[in-house]
This record gives sequence, structure tokens and C-alpha cells, in this order.
Amino acid sequence: MLNEADFTLLAREVQTRTGALISRDAAALIEGRLNPIARREGYGSVTELIQAARVKADSKTWTDIAEGVVQTDTRFFRDREIFKRVREEILPALARAKAGGVIRIWSAGCGPGQEAYSLAMILDELRSEGGFAADLLATDMSERLLEKARTGLFTQFEIQRGLPIRKLIAYFEKAGDLWCISDRLRASVKFQTHNLLSAPPAGEFDLIFCRHVLTQFEPTARSAVLDRLASALAPGGMLILGAGEVGPARLQARSDGCFVSGAGRRAA
Amino acid sequence: MKRCLVVDDSRVIRKVARRILEDMRFEIEEAADGLEALQACRRQMPDAILLDWTMPVMSGIDFLKQLRREPGGDKPTVVFCTTENDVERISEALKAGADEYMMKPFDGDILHSKFAEVGLC
Repeated sequence: MLNEADFTLLAREVQTRTGALISRDAAALIEGRLNPIARREGYGSVTELIQAARVKADSKTWTDIAEGVVQTDTRFFRDREIFKRVREEILPALARAKAGGVIRIWSAGCGPGQEAYSLAMILDELRSEGGFAADLLATDMSERLLEKARTGLFTQFEIQRGLPIRKLIAYFEKAGDLWCISDRLRASVKFQTHNLLSAPPAGEFDLIFCRHVLTQFEPTARSAVLDRLASALAPGGMLILGAGEVGPARLQARSDGCFVSGAGRRAA
Repeated sequence: MKRCLVVDDSRVIRKVARRILEDMRFEIEEAADGLEALQACRRQMPDAILLDWTMPVMSGIDFLKQLRREPGGDKPTVVFCTTENDVERISEALKAGADEYMMKPFDGDILHSKFAEVGLC
């Protein structure tokens, strides 16, 4: 069990690196998340891991720790309704508004890739129906998670969470005990390291997904990130957060939980 | 309350599935092989069938092909639940009329996700 001093140090480092605010009440959960990292790094306990990071003042170890603390549940097509709406309403409306132009999409805080690949499957279906062009950028602060995402390899448990069976057989093939996403889909996503506390990637986006990422953030950091996401939207672009998450005041909240940038509101 | 027929020759799997599905507010009937399942369906078609592949007497795939030829046999939503995890097998099951397909081992989250996918919850 972490003592007060170790927990305070941990909380400060996590907040500095990720913006996430962690509570003493969640200490047991956090230790559970850090145990695998402690084992991987050769320490006997989470306390030893924290102490080693403090003594070494080791940025990489602190980054690993911070990423371990803020990990969230991820699955394909998480909250199916919103993906259905994106597929049937939002993307077709954007395509009409852009009249053949390229739709730019950003999956912010993409983790090991399920959200980005869910979007890639939808985009592939729309492309096959014709007249549709899109770029998909997926970012996360964790290089380790991005490496996993880039491989496109998922366990049998992972591909059964949220992924309809017809999409599995359309887009994946077996690779031993794992399932590997098709080269075409893998090539359609650009994965890139990015920390949400820093300036957004260059250019304007028509659609930004940042779902279930900011819930742990300290309110001031959360508000600053939301402001940056809003500023990264093209006029009429849309920010999609997780169910129940509050969006930035400068965007117009729709009844379905999406937030629309002003000046034209291109997407219906 | 929707009715689900759980078809598996393993008593343990039937028990685990029953526990999860009862929490999802399904009324459960059990069958230990395809023939028992067919007889249960002829008595009363369930809303959903959770179906193993390899079983004695009649396999899951043979049961499904027969079921879809029965009067009212197009009604139940069928979700395979099997250790068979080759793409060819999955395709064969879908062609035979399965609605979804899950691979063992599974947990409550996966079962819930698969049932939600086909509108059962």
C-alpha cells in the first residue's frame, strides 16, 4: 500500500504529465494498474517502482507510470449508437458539405487503436459506396499503446468486445492465437504521438473523437484541452465526446451529445 | 420476458451462460445436444438460442440448418458460442443462418456485447 508521501508524489507527476487528477480513494485501483508495470520493470512492488522513479528522477519511468494510471477501458464501436449516427448521418452530411473534398478526422487519445479502427471500418464501407474521401489521424501520448495499435494485432477477447462478427471476417485474419487487421485498413490510419496538454496537430479537423479520455482530467486542464480541441475544428466541424461528458461552452451542444463548431454548421 | 435456449453439452457452460443470461432478464431453457434443442424448439420457439458447435447426437451446425427449415424456425436469433474459431467455420455458421458468433472462452461482457449487437438486449 502506498504511503501518503509516495501517493502525493505520484499524483503530482501524473497530473503534470497527463492532466489527470487522481484521488486517494482510487489508490487500490491505481496500484492494481501499476502492478504489471512494476513487475515488467523488475520491482517487487508498486512502492518500489515509485521510489525508484523518484530516486532516478527518470522521465521515462514516470511516463510509463502516468500512462499506466490513466489507462481506460477500450473496445471496438464503444457506444454503438454514436458510431451508427456517424456512419448514417454525420459522415454523409460532411461529405455532402465538402462536395468531394477530403474529410479530416482525428481520434484523440486513441489508446491501442480500437476506436480508430472502428472508424476506419466505417470509412472503408463509405468509400466502397463511392464519392467519399477521408484522412484519419489517431494520436495517443503513449508510444507503447501506439506500437500495439500500429501492429493491428488483437487478442480473441479484444476482438469480441464490440466488434460484429461480419466485420471481423471482413477485416481481420487469424495470426496464430491473435487476429490481425487487414493491411488496407491498417494503412488507412496514421498513428502519431501526441499529448493532449500540448497544441493540437496541424490543420483543421472536420470530426474529432475524444471519448472517455478527459473524464479523469483535473477541471482546469480538462477545460484547456476542450478549448484546444474546439479550436482545432474546421467551421461546421464536430467534436464527439463520451456519453455524458460535458463539452466546451464555445461549441453548440446537440441533443445527441455531439458538439458543433459555429460558422455554417455543415454537418446536419 | 424473452426466452433463450442454451444448447451445450457441457453442464458447466450451460450453468455459466444461464447465470449471465438470467441477470440479463432472460428466461432460460437448456438442451445438451442439437436433437434435444430441436425438440425444445418444436414445443415452443425461443426468442434467442445460444448454440455450441461440437456436441454428441446432433452438432450445432446441423441443428441450425434443420431449425431454419422448420415452421417458425426463422424467428429465433441464433448466437453461436464455440471453441471453433477459424474464419471458414464462422463463414459456414453465418451461411447456415447464424446471426452472431462468439468464441470460447467468453465472459459476461462479451455475451452482453454479442446479444446487444443483434438487438436482444
